[in-house]
Amino acid sequence: MPVLEQKSDLLQQFVNGDLGAFEMLFREHQAQVYRWTVRIVRDPGIAEDLTIETFFRIYRARARFDPKRSFGAWARRIATNAALDHLKSRPHEVELADQFAASGLSDAAVQRDLRERTQRAFAKLPAKLRIAATLALIEEQPYADIADALGISVGAVKLRVFRAVRQLRKELKRLGVEP
Amino acid sequence: MNEEEKIQGLLSQALPPMQNELKRDLWPKMLGRMNERAPTVPWFDWALIVLLIAAIAVSPHSIPLLLYHL
Repeated sequence: MPVLEQKSDLLQQFVNGDLGAFEMLFREHQAQVYRWTVRIVRDPGIAEDLTIETFFRIYRARARFDPKRSFGAWARRIATNAALDHLKSRPHEVELADQFAASGLSDAAVQRDLRERTQRAFAKLPAKLRIAATLALIEEQPYADIADALGISVGAVKLRVFRAVRQLRKELKRLGVEP
Repeated sequence: MNEEEKIQGLLSQALPPMQNELKRDLWPKMLGRMNERAPTVPWFDWALIVLLIAAIAVSPHSIPLLLYHL
């Protein structure tokens, strides 16, 4: 049987609720879903939990999946939504060790302080902007992939990144960092 | 260097890209999650809902009062 036909059969079996087909798809895509999720949440333990959550949602929504479409792209979109829900529910907080006091600090300490301030400013971004900025500016993913994962247009991704940069600049200024 | 590039430079120092690979098979954990029982609604919650519906059916004019207290 040709590979494509086999794949289509597997996806159809999954849609019909076949646990064996789901297991095969899980094993094939778990690493890819994890890699995408860990880029967004930046925590391996949370990324593992969210990978499970993603596949749980996938299994529940199996009847809505069209076997002619890409399972990987669908999984990535669900993973992105799961990660977004996580970011919304638990805003990332970065504690600053001390108050900013550049004078008298060594170069390494100044650099560390700058990194902490940047992390803190980034953590203040709303989840939707943070996710777009993480994928575009930190992970340097193609805009088309980000748009597909977020279920929005490339233009909308660019707008979110633009707004994220603007808010980051404001917050960094407030924290005494001039970009 | 434009503003986006400057911010990107700061971010790349503060939050370097995550190069993390999955180190174990998550299928056993997935099975555990799928076998978890769905949380059940306690019986007294059902009783409260029945009482509420009965109260509304008997005296519909109490609806605004209930909405006010929600």
